[in-house]
Amino acid sequence: MNSYNLQNFREGLRDGIPIALGYLAVSFTLGIATRNFGIHALPATIMSLTNFTSAGEFAALGIISVGAPYLELALSQLIINLRYLLMSCALSQKLSAETSLFHRFWTGFFITDEIFGVSSSRPGKLNPFYTYGTAAVAIPGWALGTCLGVILGTALPARITRALSVALYGMFLAVIIPPARKNKVIAGLVIAAMLCSSLFSYLPFLADISTGMKVIILTILLSGAAAILFPVKETEENAK
Amino acid sequence: MQNNIYIYIVIMVIVTTLIRVLPLTLIRKEIKNVTLRSFLYYIPYVTLAVMTFPAILSATGSPISAWAALAVAVIAAWLGKSLFFVSSAACVVVFVLELLLHV
Repeated sequence: MNSYNLQNFREGLRDGIPIALGYLAVSFTLGIATRNFGIHALPATIMSLTNFTSAGEFAALGIISVGAPYLELALSQLIINLRYLLMSCALSQKLSAETSLFHRFWTGFFITDEIFGVSSSRPGKLNPFYTYGTAAVAIPGWALGTCLGVILGTALPARITRALSVALYGMFLAVIIPPARKNKVIAGLVIAAMLCSSLFSYLPFLADISTGMKVIILTILLSGAAAILFPVKETEENAK
Repeated sequence: MQNNIYIYIVIMVIVTTLIRVLPLTLIRKEIKNVTLRSFLYYIPYVTLAVMTFPAILSATGSPISAWAALAVAVIAAWLGKSLFFVSSAACVVVFVLELLLHV
């Protein structure tokens, strides 16, 4: 690893810490649910260490515990995690065109909502080692929380998990607010996204749509509308 | 449970990895189309905003601590504080407020 990559890796490790803290809270809950479904600590930890997808894993528990067909599990994961496809498309333009297939693969492999969030907010092009740094801290946090949840059950005070659970939202805000302050289009887009997201949560009928699907629908509609109404000039993009 | 749990896990990994990796490995050139580029440029802002609000409001033990965490995080981020600062400030606000409110 040359010194430039090492520097990026270190910055990734640093930004991975708040992600890991938030993950501990969420995956602890996942671990408790896993235990309730009668799945043991070892497979639960392996599942978290290799999948790191909260909605996907929660959904998998119910499917696995009733011994449903493998195809059913595959389809559920495809639908629930489809938003990663959009994130991967966005990151494809964030990496420099010379990035090797090896680094493209591993940058994609580590996509989670949070790792995508911090990776896409890097100034200029994304160095894959930054993403690896965040993953090196965040994913063990995710697996550890799952493991502890299975083993300890309800031993961790709810007060602490509730406080830690806002870490991830704080992180998302730290990613989107500074660019929104500088750019009116992004500011308007963030507000519109939050308003539409509220409509999807509270209006009858719309509230029945799953969170994963809501993210996909709103991302395509709003980013699409913004792209048509406010196309980004090359210089703006680089200034990001 | 008749099926093997490890086969289930392998299936999950394969499906999720394909979703994560395919666009990044297939779209290797810089996209020239301005509308498409702009669409991809705006994606993170929309996805993260949609995932944050209103979900943050039901993440804690009381709407008061949730709104306070939201306000503090927005202000700290507006002032350009670091990711770690914004994130921990939100956690601390929830913890302290819920102690005071006896939630």
